[in-house]
Amino acid sequence: MKAPDFSYEKPTSISDVLILLENNDLDCQLLAGGQSLMPMMNFRMANPGTLVDISAVSELAGINELSETIEIGAMVSYRELEHSKIIKAFCPLVTMVLPYVAHAAIRNRGTIGGSVGLSDPAAELPAVLLALNGEIEITSRKGKRSVPANNFFKGIYETECRPDELITKIILPKAHQKQNFGFDEVARRHGDYAMAGVCIAQDVDLMTRVAFFGVSDKAVRAFGAEKLLSGHSSFSEEVIRDAQNALNELEFEGDMNAGPEAKQHIAKVVLERALKGMKK
Amino acid sequence: MTKTVQITVNVNGEKYIEDVPLRMNLADFLRTKIGLTGTHVGCEHGVCGACTLFLNGITARSCLALAVQADGAEITTIEGYELEKNATDLIKNFHNRNALQCGYCTPGMLASSIEYIEQGNPADRVKVKEYLSGNYCRCTGYQAIVDAICTTIEERQG
Repeated sequence: MKAPDFSYEKPTSISDVLILLENNDLDCQLLAGGQSLMPMMNFRMANPGTLVDISAVSELAGINELSETIEIGAMVSYRELEHSKIIKAFCPLVTMVLPYVAHAAIRNRGTIGGSVGLSDPAAELPAVLLALNGEIEITSRKGKRSVPANNFFKGIYETECRPDELITKIILPKAHQKQNFGFDEVARRHGDYAMAGVCIAQDVDLMTRVAFFGVSDKAVRAFGAEKLLSGHSSFSEEVIRDAQNALNELEFEGDMNAGPEAKQHIAKVVLERALKGMKK
Repeated sequence: MTKTVQITVNVNGEKYIEDVPLRMNLADFLRTKIGLTGTHVGCEHGVCGACTLFLNGITARSCLALAVQADGAEITTIEGYELEKNATDLIKNFHNRNALQCGYCTPGMLASSIEYIEQGNPADRVKVKEYLSGNYCRCTGYQAIVDAICTTIEERQG
């Protein structure tokens, strides 16, 4: 259970990272917090030619409040998010979800950019981004582009980000004071990957977005349920039941923890719990 | 040929300059390069928590950090918890309460316990269990560990 051999680079600027990524001969893999990549390397599931450690790139740090949005540097750790006053004030769903993301020691090192870039189907943050209509800023030598979360996650460990590109920022809209949010997940042990979980955001106009994780090959929106839930300021048992039934349209995929039928059942349970626990 | 690099680290207040293979993790570095075998290696993929220690003041899995990533870092391991983290009372309470049998998980348990207490958290069994959820113990059934932590917090509050 030791990582295979590799070369190591520790650039200090985005432009230096991009020069390395453009060189196909190096077979680069970005190393952010390493909380997923290191186990994958220890398991020999990942075998990069060159590890590009981006922890010293100061341009990727920091959480900034803008007029309409919150910009989060790709290398901001879960710990920083958890303790950030800006996040608490403007991204309450993120604050709600973080205690469930792995364990304290993992949250101390794991990063938002790493989680989003990996697109693990059971990770919470991709679903948070989907529910909040977040955007991912990607930078390459050709320039910057901003991709809505809806178009970013393509499949298991697969995203819109190309090998020569670097995730530089995560952009979340500031929450309105009257907005409501919900979250719930079921895991075998607190902090373990969820067997299924859900993030819900309801806008001021009662437009509701519902995003699941741990149920399919990537974080997914439940559009059928969203349609039934939108427009309701409170959710009656009947509305909840209809929304639960609408989840049958999702393509549930089993993993080592649970088969597709169990996941479908848990998804309905967490949806109900999250809807009943909606808060600002 | 395994690639090596020179790193400088401060472990429990002492400075070390060592050549390390790039692929060597921090736990193996501490155990094999500088002989601090108190840090235990369990699952080597971040799940069991046995290798948890303090890296620049916050807990980290030393099986998921490369030694080269710790270049320039301050590290505190179980060998330094009495002096660097003032954990003598916590360690004594682990002993008094039989909060270990085989002792394999103890270095990681102490790291998480120290961080929980350092953050000013209460002697609340539910919260303690939540914070320790990333540390497996296969001997004690956890109750004695939670006791030891809660007792330490209560004693420190006087």
